[in-house]
Amino acid sequence: MSQIKTQPRLIVEKINTTNKLSVRSVPRHIILIVFSFLFVFPLLWLVSTSLKTDLQVFIVPPELIPKPFVWKNYLDLWTYFPYFQFLKNTVLVVVLSVAGVLVTAPIAAYAFARLRWPGRDFFFLILLGTMMLPSQVTLIPLYLLFSKMGWINTFMPLWVPNWFGGGAFFIFLIRQFLMSIPKDLEESAFIDGAGYTRIYTNIMLPLIHPVLTTVAIFQFMGSWNDFIGPLIYLNDQSKFTLSLGLRIFQQQSSQSQGEIGMMMAATAITVVPVIIFFFLAQRKFIEGVVLTGLKA
Amino acid sequence: MAQSHKKYRLARREAIVGYCFASPWLIGLIVFVLFPVIASLKYSFMDYDILQPARWVGFANYKELFHDNLFWRSLYNTLYFVVFSVPLSIILGLAIALLLNTEINGIAIYRTLYYIPSIVPVVASSILWAWIFDPNFGILTNFVHLFNLPAPGWLSDPFWAKNSLILMSLWGAGSGMIIYLAGLKNIPKSYYEAAEIDGSGTIGKFFNITLPLITPTLFFQLIIGMIGSFQVFTQSYIITGGGPNDSTLFYVLYLYNNAFRFWKMGYASALAWVLFVIIMLLTWINLKLAKRWVTYDQM
Repeated sequence: MSQIKTQPRLIVEKINTTNKLSVRSVPRHIILIVFSFLFVFPLLWLVSTSLKTDLQVFIVPPELIPKPFVWKNYLDLWTYFPYFQFLKNTVLVVVLSVAGVLVTAPIAAYAFARLRWPGRDFFFLILLGTMMLPSQVTLIPLYLLFSKMGWINTFMPLWVPNWFGGGAFFIFLIRQFLMSIPKDLEESAFIDGAGYTRIYTNIMLPLIHPVLTTVAIFQFMGSWNDFIGPLIYLNDQSKFTLSLGLRIFQQQSSQSQGEIGMMMAATAITVVPVIIFFFLAQRKFIEGVVLTGLKA
Repeated sequence: MAQSHKKYRLARREAIVGYCFASPWLIGLIVFVLFPVIASLKYSFMDYDILQPARWVGFANYKELFHDNLFWRSLYNTLYFVVFSVPLSIILGLAIALLLNTEINGIAIYRTLYYIPSIVPVVASSILWAWIFDPNFGILTNFVHLFNLPAPGWLSDPFWAKNSLILMSLWGAGSGMIIYLAGLKNIPKSYYEAAEIDGSGTIGKFFNITLPLITPTLFFQLIIGMIGSFQVFTQSYIITGGGPNDSTLFYVLYLYNNAFRFWKMGYASALAWVLFVIIMLLTWINLKLAKRWVTYDQM
């Protein structure tokens, strides 16, 4: 944003690379296709199994494409697996968590990046320190704390902490982004009589939009896929999230043998929302992974 | 005089605003981090099963750890997992990224295909892989039988079970691939052109340019990967429950069992602190070793 790249692109280079296509890249394509098949195959196998009856499941060697396709598992599933209840719970937890992070993480990041207050540098070191702390260290005291507060078997332990800064890593990420915004911007706003809150909401927030998208996506995935949180805090099936619901369904199924097809159907419909989300946000998603993965 | 007074007032206002903006995080820091950290340290010196009041036992929990076979077992299992899973994931991710790092048709499709497995929720992927590893009807066993080879007990053999979970973890190598691919794209083309003029071949270019320039990215992924893998839990909780013969009893699973199955909160807290120390130590060693192989400031 603040840096202007002026790299003259060589036209020769472009011609060279386009010429390289076709014949020379064939072996590369073959390797890539074989490998990508290995990566995609488990998911195809998931769908394939979910479309089989129990009898078809136990055919050796396995049919890769079910003959015939059986939709029965998907039709029967709803009586045993309250998918929409789990989905509703998951969405509730995820939305509250993401909202908490988006509201409170940039505020803290702004304080660290743009404001001078006594102890700021000290607290920033603490912030970095908490990033190294494995969550298992605080797991037990937090469980005891939340049970004293009567929060067991509620969604509160899963989203309330996100309303208090939303995690050191996100604050750090947004702070780095804020640091790159030129000082002149807010100085001229100051001269115009804008206060800190105005500068924050009208100047900073619009500018840090890209990093906030990244943070939202990461928190979304983190909350959506969280397992140990729901496992510890939720007891009633009516409160389960998709991950925990699927786990309990698996436990019940494996006790009564021969429900593999239905279990795979349940797994498949649990994966579907994440895949839809990925395709909707694909570009931002990958940008975010790259942004957070290249450098700390 | 008036000037400095105004300056002082402005600075004080900025400080107050600073604290206000930081306050949600500051409160969270105290309630959800500092207090639990202190409590956890305290519990690690106590005997506490929730039903009876906590009792001070000094270093007894830590002493017990040293004589606890399952502690050593879970530590060994976890180290085994980390030592194989992390480097293999990095190598696989880098290999795919290198294959994709040309002007190749359909790169977006490939990238998506390789990446998708790493977004599958871990509970779902665990249940799926438990079925893939099924000893009779699973696809892996039948695949091995195609070559007239005997299939190992993927999850039933104490030696294989860990390896099977490592194999499963490699399915998520695509997330690293995306990061390496971006790192590779950052390397200026002129470096390669210069090397070509000097007569470097593909292998020479890889070892003299690509690899050194991507070491900072590899290093960061190594650190993140090791910390993450050290906390591996869900896969073994769902697929094997730690078995067979505790061969997949990973550290955090053992910690979880102590805390939430045996309600030994004090002992589990001691385990958590030992985990913290191990992770810090490993990170520190990594940082020390980094000077030997990570190339900084070359771009």
